[in-house]
Amino acid sequence: MKDSIKNQELRNRQYIIILIVLSVAFIYIIQLFYIQIADSSYKENADSNAFLKKVIYPSRGLLYDRNEQLYVSNQPVYDLMIIMREIQGFDTLSFCKMLNINQEEFNNRIEEIKDKRKNRGYSRFTPQIFMSQLSVAEYGKIQEQLYKFRGVYAQQRVLRKYTTPHGAHAIGSVGEVNQQQIDADSYYSRGDYKGQSGVEKEYETYLRGEKGVEILLRDAHGRIQGVYKNGERNKAPIAGKNLTMAIDMGLQEYGEQLMIKKLGSIVAIEPSTGEILALISSPSYDPHLLVGRERSKNYNALLKDPFKPLFDRPLMAMYPPGSTFKLVNGLIYQQEGVITEDTRFSCSMGYYYSRTRKLGCHPHPNNLDLRESVQHSCNAYYCHGLKGLLDSPPSGISTTESYNHWRNHVLSMGFGKKLGVDFPNEKGGLILESNRYDRIYGKNKWKSSTIISIAIGQGEVLATPIQTANLAALIANRGYFYTPHIIKKIEGDSIDKRFREKHQTTIEQKYFDPIIDGMLMAVEQGTGRVGRIEGIEICGKTGTAQNPHGKDHSIFMAFAPKENPKIAIAVYVENSGFGATWAVPIASLMIEKYLTGTVDTTKLNRKNLQKRMLETFLIE
Amino acid sequence: MSRKVSLFRSLDWITILLYVTLVTIGWFAIYSSTYDFENPTILNFSARHGSQLIWIGFAFLLALITILIDSKMYNNLAYIIYFLIILLLIATIFLAPEIKGSRSWLKIGPITMQPAELAKYATALCLGKFMSSYNFTLNSIKNMFLVGFIILTPMLIIILQQETGSALVFTAFFLVLFREGMNGIFMVLAFLGALFFVLFLRYDYISSSSNSYILESFGFVIVFILSVISVGIMIAYYLKDNRQMLQFIGGNAILYLLTGILHLFGIEAITYTITASISISLSILYLFIMALLQKQKKYFLFIIFLIGSIALCNVTDYFFNNVLQPHQQMRIKVVLGLEDDPLGAGYNVRQSKIGIGSGGLLGKGFLNGTQTKLNYVPEQDTDFIFCTIGEEQGFVGSIVVLFLYIALIIRLVILAERQRSSFSRIFGYSVLSIIFFHVAINIGMVIGLVPVIGIPLVFLSYGGSSLWSFTILLFTFIRLDANRMEILHQ
Repeated sequence: MKDSIKNQELRNRQYIIILIVLSVAFIYIIQLFYIQIADSSYKENADSNAFLKKVIYPSRGLLYDRNEQLYVSNQPVYDLMIIMREIQGFDTLSFCKMLNINQEEFNNRIEEIKDKRKNRGYSRFTPQIFMSQLSVAEYGKIQEQLYKFRGVYAQQRVLRKYTTPHGAHAIGSVGEVNQQQIDADSYYSRGDYKGQSGVEKEYETYLRGEKGVEILLRDAHGRIQGVYKNGERNKAPIAGKNLTMAIDMGLQEYGEQLMIKKLGSIVAIEPSTGEILALISSPSYDPHLLVGRERSKNYNALLKDPFKPLFDRPLMAMYPPGSTFKLVNGLIYQQEGVITEDTRFSCSMGYYYSRTRKLGCHPHPNNLDLRESVQHSCNAYYCHGLKGLLDSPPSGISTTESYNHWRNHVLSMGFGKKLGVDFPNEKGGLILESNRYDRIYGKNKWKSSTIISIAIGQGEVLATPIQTANLAALIANRGYFYTPHIIKKIEGDSIDKRFREKHQTTIEQKYFDPIIDGMLMAVEQGTGRVGRIEGIEICGKTGTAQNPHGKDHSIFMAFAPKENPKIAIAVYVENSGFGATWAVPIASLMIEKYLTGTVDTTKLNRKNLQKRMLETFLIE
Repeated sequence: MSRKVSLFRSLDWITILLYVTLVTIGWFAIYSSTYDFENPTILNFSARHGSQLIWIGFAFLLALITILIDSKMYNNLAYIIYFLIILLLIATIFLAPEIKGSRSWLKIGPITMQPAELAKYATALCLGKFMSSYNFTLNSIKNMFLVGFIILTPMLIIILQQETGSALVFTAFFLVLFREGMNGIFMVLAFLGALFFVLFLRYDYISSSSNSYILESFGFVIVFILSVISVGIMIAYYLKDNRQMLQFIGGNAILYLLTGILHLFGIEAITYTITASISISLSILYLFIMALLQKQKKYFLFIIFLIGSIALCNVTDYFFNNVLQPHQQMRIKVVLGLEDDPLGAGYNVRQSKIGIGSGGLLGKGFLNGTQTKLNYVPEQDTDFIFCTIGEEQGFVGSIVVLFLYIALIIRLVILAERQRSSFSRIFGYSVLSIIFFHVAINIGMVIGLVPVIGIPLVFLSYGGSSLWSFTILLFTFIRLDANRMEILHQ
């Protein structure tokens, strides 16, 4: 009896044993759930473990000029990649010998790669760049030996190649992405290239194409076992889209030559479309300097250059527009009914805006009408006009309201704010709001005499060269303009809608005729007559931007021909004095070059003019 | 003729079905883990999956032979088999070539085999025979000693062969002894011993005090606190005195509380380690006084328990640092999360967890696993075969396999319990304990819960030697079970 109780108690122990088995199973199920379902890090680890994802870089979109001439193309280079985990049993000595480096350089480079501060994305498992941008020739030398080094392979990359050393500012450059850019756009990863300025930056999304990927399987020793799923998951790279620029390569080159050793800029626009025909910033630089391994060294050298070759003058330099701004005022005075084309004002070597204070003028015939005032660039005429506009507006409104009207007209002509060109870093210039004057002088305590210098484009008025060129274009069009843009055509796509929209100014078409007549007279027999070309009716206006830091800047804006204009241009030559001396001849030569395809050097005066422009150096 | 039919009918087909299912799953897993992307072949006998097919064929043949042998033979030959195997084990030390530091593989013609696998079988037989002898009781010291001798002898020889993993399997017989009447306190003590060992190592290597000149040994603190609580529970259980238990535990708690308050006021000279030492010393003193006052011998057992805990900590410290080899220390540290060594000892486990973890809920599909196939997971078709299942069949597949094992073990418990002879029951429990131990240790190791101990997964891992010995083990029991009725006619 006692035995059977004892036996029963022992029999019950089977349940304890089953309980132990089940508890172990339960713990294991929890752990399996945790690693297989709850924690996703194992999946990610597995991927980087077994797949070698080889990026295949697409070829970047090509750039053509407006005549479909190839401008910017690509050249292959090779990055030497290294996977740290896999370089065991590595013959460092022959590796160094192959690359022509010494042991110390090798060690330093490895240290750099491993340094997480310098190389934030470092991982032993992913390819790291050991040496970047080997040329085809350099790669050819080592190609045969590469197989000997486990964990090392060459990755093909694409660098830019330029057919001419011109147009660096317009095209811009391509450089390696920085951490901010990687964070901002998931497309990029460390070591990728991206347009960093100019067209390359603005049209990056078209030009870059899409990276492809080849997925290879590798085992724990890094040995490639073949293509994963027969390449089913591979992705072929998609080449970037080719772009046609509005730039005329010949004109661009010629303009750069004319501007050689001078500071300044030239912007040429096709008035009927807003396409930028030439965009010159001087001094310029060879775009090849910013390609390849020397990029950062050259970039820093350019950055330190006192003449600021990297500064994109046509879009970023803001100058007082000077006398070119008289055209704007002439148009507004007519529109506001202050003057008609026949209104005459007297000028006795200037304009007295108070009993003792005179704004001077240069010698010219007295008592001019609107056309003649443009021809001779009379200062007094526009001061009288401003007085009429602000102090006794014909519509009987207040000075402030009248100023606001004026400002609206000016803004409608593309001043005082960014034009919205397809270029990074554009500046907007400056046209003050009336409340700024209220703050400076007090409400209702200012009138024309207080701000008289805006009548002649000085003082609180600033504009960029491209805004001035746009002014020439809208006058050529008699009242409207298209936002200037540098890209004419995108492969398989159309250019942005904003470049196809006509911007109507607030000035009626009829008021443009006297202004245009005056501009023609200025070139034919006025301030710009040095730029006259037989057989081409050029309408232009000189200007001088006052420069508190040195010699004034010479400005000329023009369009041609008068009827059915093909080119509108603005030329700025810094520190060169009166507009006629430098800016007019350069603009004139550019116009001839564009309209006739060449500069007619059989004519002595044209030949000399060109020679003088090409050979005079204003800076050393 | 009629005898054969009855034998066929009385076999436990549930167990056989589970066995065949597991072996089949194992073959597919081996096929997948050795699958060669470049040259996929199904029947290639020079490949691993091809030879496994041969091993499986032989295993079925062995199963058949085992079933056809008269069941009385096992009982009768138990001691002889045990004796011969012990001799073979000893001979192996001298005959076997050294493979990866261990001398456990014998090469006979084209076949290599591990006598250690057979030793489990022989020990199970011998244990069954000895413990089923008339009027056997585990309560006699002499029997305990002899049982210990039967289990420990092959274990020690296998340790001498440098096959620590296989030797550890013999601790599975603990479960058999428990079922056969060993005092449950031994199980509890063994559990507490293992727990204290792990906790001591886990927390002794962390210096968490803000002041580095104050040395705390949290391993001691935690083990001492737990052993004091254990004694409290023992007081309640053995003396049926809950009030005294509360007083005992509460008194110790006050000591720790005082230390905590002192620390709050910035007095850290009295460390928790010192408090723990004071607490355990006072406890021993208290129990000693109580033993004298109440004239209760049981207090001495409690005192022995506490002294044992102190000894365990110090022995663990010594054992871990001076007896275990560096690679073994490392394996334990990795599992305890003390060291991260993704390329050394941690590499295998890490890769295996990545493999299993990347399987997700439903897995990557048959032949689609990348981790196991590309040699990231070491021993991918032997000790780490479960990894292939985890990766390709996912959480669902892993659980199915786990449930198959549990079903098999529980089925074996049921079979063992229905035996009328103690020999068959003890042998049955031996079989299920060995299988349970293998499964628990192997899967635990693969999913990173148990230190890496190189033992195969029953029926699934590649290799003839282990498959055959498990087959013989299982089918011997199936044969004994089929015969359970015959005992009555004797």
